[in-house]
Amino acid sequence: MEEDFKVIDNYLMVKMPEEVDHHKSGVISKTADKYIINTGVGNVVFDFEDTRFMDSSGIGIILGRYKKIACFGGKVFAINADSRIKRTLMICGLHKVIEILE
Amino acid sequence: MEAEKVLKETVRSKKELKNEMRLEFDAVSENEAFARVAVAAFVTPLNPTMEEISDIKTAISEAVTNAIIHGYDTESGYVEGERKVYIHCLVLHDVLHVEVIDEGKGIENIEQAMEPLFTTKPEMDRSGMGFAFMEAFMDDLEVISEPGMGTTVLMKKKLGTSSWIQCEE
Repeated sequence: MEEDFKVIDNYLMVKMPEEVDHHKSGVISKTADKYIINTGVGNVVFDFEDTRFMDSSGIGIILGRYKKIACFGGKVFAINADSRIKRTLMICGLHKVIEILE
Repeated sequence: MEAEKVLKETVRSKKELKNEMRLEFDAVSENEAFARVAVAAFVTPLNPTMEEISDIKTAISEAVTNAIIHGYDTESGYVEGERKVYIHCLVLHDVLHVEVIDEGKGIENIEQAMEPLFTTKPEMDRSGMGFAFMEAFMDDLEVISEPGMGTTVLMKKKLGTSSWIQCEE
């Protein structure tokens, strides 16, 4: 789990698992928060390269981290999302608050 | 002519298709992945597209997650994993009917619960998008619930259509 989290400059890189659901979301949120608090990192990047499934629990992870860092001017990014993940993000309008990069 | 015959036979075999299955499993989060994969595997004879499979998996995942964290809410005195979640799937012609049932605490205000972004568990990082996702990814959604009487989520989805809809678009 720990190897999925990396701090590069002012960015926390989070490698998302193959399936993002409620079962996995708790530990991802907690670990990400631990890094945000301990390192004081400003921005969070979610990497969906390996992700083939995500339900609304993934939205909860992203929104939760966004709320924690946005008030300090931090940004949230989603990278390497396939068309399915993108669609899931767009349905709840997340593309308006985070940046979805290719 | 030959093509027409084949087409007619396909239509007929599709119409006669009826298949049913029931699942019963412990209300623990480990089983969310099992439930969605099981339902996805069950509908494969209908030749669904990848898109449709993905839609079904998401909807099932939402419904089962709701049953586990809200239906059998540990804060309401339910012990984790003590109760069961039931799934009933019925394929009629080319339509999947699926029921996700729990015997948990029920929903007081269904209309409010179905509102996008409404959640009773913001501290758990729940986004409040569960029912909205079920509605978006399935063709039909009905929620039957009463406080203390459990919850039944009924969903329907017609399969094998999105491929030609995309072509027409």
